[in-house]
Formats: sequence, C-alpha cells, structure tokens
Amino acid sequence: MTKTATAGRKVQRTASDKVFNFFLYLICGIGAFIVLYPMYFIIIASFSDPTAVSSGNVGFFPVRPTLAGYERLLGYASIWRGYRNTILYTVLGTAMMLAVNIPAAYALSRKDLVGRRIINLLLIFPMFFSGGLIPTYMTVRNFGLVDNFWVMIIPFSVVTYYVIVARTFFESSLPDGIWEAAQIDGCGNLRFFFSFVLPLSKAIIAVIALWAAVGIWNQYFNALIYLRSDYLQPLQIILRSILISNQNMASMTTGSAAQEAQELAELIKYAVIVVSSAPIMCMYPFVQKYFNQGVMIGAMKG
Amino acid sequence: MASLRKIGNESSIWKRIWRNRSLYLLLLPAAVLMICFTYVPMYGITIAFKDFSPTLGITASPWAGFKYFQQYFNSYNFWNTIRNTLVISIYSVVVTFPLPIVLALLCNQMTHKGFKRFFQVSTYLPHFISTVVMCGMIILFLSPSSGIIPKMFGALGIDIGNLMGEPAAFPHIYVWTEVWQHCGWDSIMYIAALSAVDPSLYEAATVDGASQWQKMIKIDIPMLLPTATVLFILRVGSIMSVGFEKVYLLQTTLNLTTSEIISTYVYKMGLISNQYSLSAAINLFNNIINFILLMSVNLVSKKMSDTSLV
Repeated sequence: MTKTATAGRKVQRTASDKVFNFFLYLICGIGAFIVLYPMYFIIIASFSDPTAVSSGNVGFFPVRPTLAGYERLLGYASIWRGYRNTILYTVLGTAMMLAVNIPAAYALSRKDLVGRRIINLLLIFPMFFSGGLIPTYMTVRNFGLVDNFWVMIIPFSVVTYYVIVARTFFESSLPDGIWEAAQIDGCGNLRFFFSFVLPLSKAIIAVIALWAAVGIWNQYFNALIYLRSDYLQPLQIILRSILISNQNMASMTTGSAAQEAQELAELIKYAVIVVSSAPIMCMYPFVQKYFNQGVMIGAMKG
Repeated sequence: MASLRKIGNESSIWKRIWRNRSLYLLLLPAAVLMICFTYVPMYGITIAFKDFSPTLGITASPWAGFKYFQQYFNSYNFWNTIRNTLVISIYSVVVTFPLPIVLALLCNQMTHKGFKRFFQVSTYLPHFISTVVMCGMIILFLSPSSGIIPKMFGALGIDIGNLMGEPAAFPHIYVWTEVWQHCGWDSIMYIAALSAVDPSLYEAATVDGASQWQKMIKIDIPMLLPTATVLFILRVGSIMSVGFEKVYLLQTTLNLTTSEIISTYVYKMGLISNQYSLSAAINLFNNIINFILLMSVNLVSKKMSDTSLV
C-alpha cells in the first residue's frame, strides 16, 4: 500500500465508508479479543486463588494472587526433566535438520545436476504416498531406534517442505553469475557452498531453523510412538499426562481435602501451560518477521 | 547458463556427473535418511497382505491375500471411522477455508497501521501453541465443574453440560478451536497476495467514486482467486487425512462414536492391540484413497487453470 493510495482514500472518505470502517474495526476488535482473552485468562488464572478460578470469579485480573501453582511445579521433577529433554531434542534436531535439508536443497537448486528431475520426484512422492505407521515403526525398530534418544533427532529429519522452500530460495535469489565466476576462478562446489552460498542464505537458514525448532518443541507424535522410558520423554508427553490424562496429580496433592486437591490440580494445569508455552510465545514477536518471510518464499512455489 | 549448456552438450553424462560429484555428496545425508526411513517402510506395506508374525519377520510371514482388508470392510468400525473422518474434514474445509480469506480482506482494509499490526500479531499468536497445550486448554475451559465456558453459559441460565462427553459436540469443538488457533496464520498467504496488488488500481477506483466496500469486492476478491484456488485444491486433496494428534488427544470414551477417525483407529489397532497386519491394511486403504484424490484433484486443476502441484 503506497502513501498516495492511503492519502487519496482519506480525502474521499464518504458516509458509507465511515459506516464500513466502524464495522471493520468493531469486528476486528472483537476478533482480537476472542483470540487474546483465552491466553490472557490462562495467565491470570495461573496466579489466582484456585477456588476463585473454579467458581468463575476470575475475569480480567488475578484474584487473591498466589504462586502456589508454580511452587508445586518447582517440585515436580518430571516436568524439568521433560524440559531438559525437549531443549536437547530441539537444539540437536534443529541442527540436524539444517545439516541435512539445506545442502540437499542447494544441490537440487543447481540446474546442471544430472538426475535433478528424478531426485525431485523421489523427494515429493512421499507427500502423496507413504508406508504408514506400522511399516515405519517396524523399520525404526529394526534400526534399534525404538526407545532410543536419537529417534527424536535422526530418522525424520528430512522434511520435504523445508527442502522445497530452501530450493526455491536458492533458485530465485542466488544469481547464476556468481557460480560461473567462482568456477572460472577454480572454486569447487563444496567450497562454493560453504563460503558463498551459506553466507548469502542467512535469511532462509533462519526461517527453517525457526520452523524446525517450533515444530520439534511442540510435537508429541514421535515421542508417543517411539519412546517408552520415562527419562527420555519430552515436555509435551509430560504435559499430556498432566493436562489430558490427569495423571500424577494425586501424589502432588496429598493431605488436602478432595475438593481442594481438585482445585489445586486445576491451578497446576494453568501454571504448567504458562511454563511450557512461555519460551515460544516470548520468542515469537521478535522473530515473526522471519516466519512471514518463510511463508512467502514457500508461496512462490505455487 | 548458455555456456553451461554448451559444456553439457559436449561432454558425456558421466563426465557431467563426475564434475558435480560434490553436489551428490551434499545430497547424500538426505538421500540415505530418506531411503532408510521413507522408502524402506514402503516395502513393509506388504504385511497388509500377510499374516504377520513377529517371529517370522516380514518376508517369511505367510500371505493372507485381502483377508485383513475384508476384516476392516466388514467391521462395525469401517463406516464409523470413514464417516467420522469425512464429517470432521469436510466440516473443517467448509469453515477453515473461507475464514482466513475474510480475515485477510478485513486486514487489508485497515488504514490504522498500529491497530493493523496489533491485529495481525495477536491473530498469529495461537498458531504457536502446541497441540497438547491446545487440547489441555479446551478440556480445562469446557470442564463441567470448573470450566470458564460452562460458567459463562451458566450465568445466562443455560446448562451446556459436559461437552467433551457429548458425541454430537465433537466435530464443532474440533473445527472451531481449529479456527481460533490457525485462522490468523492461514491468512498470511492471502495478505501477501493482497499486498502485491498494484496501488494504481485502488487510485483509479477512488477517482471513479468507488467505496471501500466496492473496492474490496471488485478488486481484492478477484486478486485472491488464484491463490485461493491452489490452496483449495490442496485442502480437498487431503480430505481423507485428518491430523492424528488433536483428535487423539480430545478423544474420551464418551465421544468415541464421533471421534474415532481412521488415523486414530490405525494407531490403536497397530500399536495398542498389536494387530500389525490389520492396522497396515487400514492405513494402506486410506493412503490409496488419498493418493487417488490428490491425483484427480491435481488433474482437474491442471485442466482448469494450468496450476498443478506436481
């Protein structure tokens, strides 16, 4: 939107446009409220007196502020172990995804790569047809990766979508001329990739790293299928047992009356939601530019 | 490029491969992983046609023909899982496909920069909540004893009961929480398409006395059509594949009649009941339908609009 267009519109604003704008901002205001309020509610509920929360007295401000929920969480070792595991899986998994997908994407972006079409086809085919849950599970088991730390990092690190997005980026924003010039100067493919391509592609590397990190942080499917031991479980599995299956609550709420225990269990749920989502949520406003860029690059494929 | 092609024509294919050997080195890790964990499992599909026994392994297990397919087709869960999968996914498409377009149109009409930015950032935010936390929130908010939503309806004198245990409510809960979580994020693509519209179109329309509403209907909507077509095709193509994660987490024993979908059934048959062959057969059946759907949708779009996905 250029300045002239906006200015032109302002000058010519008619009565019907005023009505239109009134409803526009009204609807969008309500929409933003509907989106933000549940998240805001979780935060204030996590700091409020559990009785007030469960009786519906918490509206816009914490009622009788307390840190009881968070104090209980501090003593809950499996959450922190899950946290540590998730951080490890996220850092190593993201690094692995970058190391695997970015070089492959670069190779596939090169028009002089013999067999480029067929390799591309083999890359895309699994998006249409795959072995399915049980055959994949059996394969992973044959590699000895069931209930193994590395199952969260190695087997599923090739992500077709990341390869396509990065390939599109390389195709459209690396001028053909640099490779030709570098080649004349006697620069080989590997050196060219590491000393020219990578430094010129910081934007796409950032986008894919962020996607990968958020994806790994939030996913629970692979852990559900492939991990058994408690000490390997990532945060999302622990969250599932607390939030969905209602497990492990009794041990944390001994000595209280049933009603009170139930309320405290709910308070802990609010607190655990805040604690587990905070890292991603806090990071998001600062990096949202990159996320949007990534979606646009992905869209160019269309 | 021209010079490269000339070199290419002069030398043999092996020379061209040899010259770019290090490019294949860059491809190698991805290729190995893909062969091991994507293509090797495709061989494992054969267990759908076998009486798989873990002691014999895939190759030595005896053939069973279409036994497990028939077992699935004849079971009570066949129509049930297919119906539930279709209800949830068609309902999702009908609701979650047009809403991001509306959102992008509204967003594009905002002239107040600050509010526009606030609106965008806040509607994107729920996209980053994990599925587990999202389902935890849904269960907390709908809890009949302490949830905020039954309390709000209670204040109006309406008793909505335990929605999580109400089979009829399941598709609505699934779809509308999906809207809440992803509508903003899904609008990004359309907002990008709208920001590429030539501003002189709006200027010309303004000179002709068009109102903001008219500009939205006559300029913005036609501009979004190509993007919308491609995304619609993609959605229709994946209509038989509803995501496992959210449905599985929201399932309770009470709502199972509407919440048991193909992917959750495959998981339960396979990894919980250990009926590997049956599970693989159901999975394969679903994959084949998906494949046919995608291919035909792709064909239709190729004929209609020159936009194809492959």
